[in-house]
Amino acid sequence: MALESDLVTSDAIEATEFADLAEAYRVFAVPKTVINGTAFVEGALPESLFVDRVLKALGIEAEPGTSSQ
Amino acid sequence: MSFLEENERNAVRERLREMKYPVKLVHFTQELNLEYGREARMLLEDLAEISPKLSVEIHNFLLEKENAAECGVDKVPATLICNGKDYGIRYYGLPAGYEFAALLDAILSVSGADSELSLETRRKLTQIIQPVHLEVFVTPT
Repeated sequence: MALESDLVTSDAIEATEFADLAEAYRVFAVPKTVINGTAFVEGALPESLFVDRVLKALGIEAEPGTSSQ
Repeated sequence: MSFLEENERNAVRERLREMKYPVKLVHFTQELNLEYGREARMLLEDLAEISPKLSVEIHNFLLEKENAAECGVDKVPATLICNGKDYGIRYYGLPAGYEFAALLDAILSVSGADSELSLETRRKLTQIIQPVHLEVFVTPT
């Protein structure tokens, strides 16, 4: 997603090496994705569901008929 | 001294043959104070030795605070995966185990400047009008 959009930056963070940060975000299982420090996605989701969750966290509503649910 | 075993090097060489354009790994470290700092640096230097299209640039996090801040690096070890352009793709920590495969995937994606995302996803991403920072917590196993 960071490759596709100049507005997206993406960090992979090794949870055990950065235990304090992982604890602050209450990471108990991986993968866990934190979106802008405030929204969370637990586990690995299919691409279409994941992007929907990111848009939802940004307050962007999925267009009718494009929801992947 | 090498971090990867010979058979691993061969497997990595095969994989990195798929690289299209050069990729630079920009690595910030603070070697002495990090549990896996030395290993992370050795691993990246190994990679750069294996592929002529891959280079690594080592920066001292303590001595280059400004540079690190400009790159948005606030913790180390940090590795930026760039191809002339910085896409905002970072790996924090030692990319071992499954994460090593993920690092190679990221290198190949940046090398081809191709996310391999579906057209639908790419279209959805154009709706984004504000900065998005994704932090994906992972473990090597």
